[in-house]
Amino acid sequence: MVERWFAMLLLGVVATAWGQGAIDAYEFDDALQETRYRDLIAEFRCPKCLNTNLAGSDAPIARDLRRAVHRLVLEGLDDPAIRAHLQARYGDFVLYDPPVRTDTLLLWLAPIALLIGAAAAIAHMARRRAVTRLDADDLARVERLLDERAGSESPLGSESPPRPRSAPGPRSAP
Amino acid sequence: MNRAGLFVPLGVFVIIAGFLYAGFSLEDPHRLPSALVGQPFPEFDLPLLANADERATTQRLAGRTVLVNVWATWCPTCRAEHHELLRISDEAGLPIIGINYKDNPAAAREWLTRYGNPYEFNIIDADGRLGVDLGVYGAPESFIVDGDGTIVYKRVGEVNRRVWNNEMKPLLARLEALDDG
Repeated sequence: MVERWFAMLLLGVVATAWGQGAIDAYEFDDALQETRYRDLIAEFRCPKCLNTNLAGSDAPIARDLRRAVHRLVLEGLDDPAIRAHLQARYGDFVLYDPPVRTDTLLLWLAPIALLIGAAAAIAHMARRRAVTRLDADDLARVERLLDERAGSESPLGSESPPRPRSAPGPRSAP
Repeated sequence: MNRAGLFVPLGVFVIIAGFLYAGFSLEDPHRLPSALVGQPFPEFDLPLLANADERATTQRLAGRTVLVNVWATWCPTCRAEHHELLRISDEAGLPIIGINYKDNPAAAREWLTRYGNPYEFNIIDADGRLGVDLGVYGAPESFIVDGDGTIVYKRVGEVNRRVWNNEMKPLLARLEALDDG
């Protein structure tokens, strides 16, 4: 049993190591700096790769940027300053969350608009379904019309255009 | 049934098609929009390729329009654009400053001897730090820097005759007109 636990633990450790695209040996003044560094390189997008973060990329440019982030962390810049530093050089591309600006407003508002649109569509359909539910008066009228139709094989008079004989039953009347 | 309602799906389709059309007509998604155009050229103080004991700073660019070219011997596209750089420095008289980017200096010097040297001078960016400041993510990259030290143009990838004629030359003409005016 113990051996099995140990094997699973080992597997977990190895898998975690594989999951990291690159491991650089950097030194930090304290553990907080290292945590911030890890969070930051996980947050930025590698400029050379379309969808890999700095932490997960082996590209030389990702290595350079990790070094830059490390340097900036050691220099004592806070997270927003480091974000601004990279953004000033590589643009919004390095940020997975685009900043809210007039030209990115559509990006942020579109999901909300779609949600509202979908809700409106569902509400609309629900209302239409509710309208087709017949109250007692309607039911009485339907009964009457069906009776009339059963009595004479003639069309339903002025209430509906004449229909061919082969048409399906009176139920298809509006 | 409301007739107008029938057109709602068509409207939704047109909107989606519009977004897809715009999305697919974007340029190469690998090409980043440049964040640096309009910004001052980053400060540097780096050794010269010709003589590593000497250093050059941002001051060396000041007061004139220059083309700054980021290159390396490991970069095949740099080889492809080299003859165009030679032509530009010869015929257009535009000073070209080279940034030898994460390269082996000896190999870079040999390259210049073998293929010709279009550069006024080269600086060595061994660890790519100036490259990061310039937002470089792949060589070659070229920048036009005006007399105020502002980056007015950035090109990622090869500078060829087409890029020169369609983009760089008209821009330089505009800059010149501004200076004269």
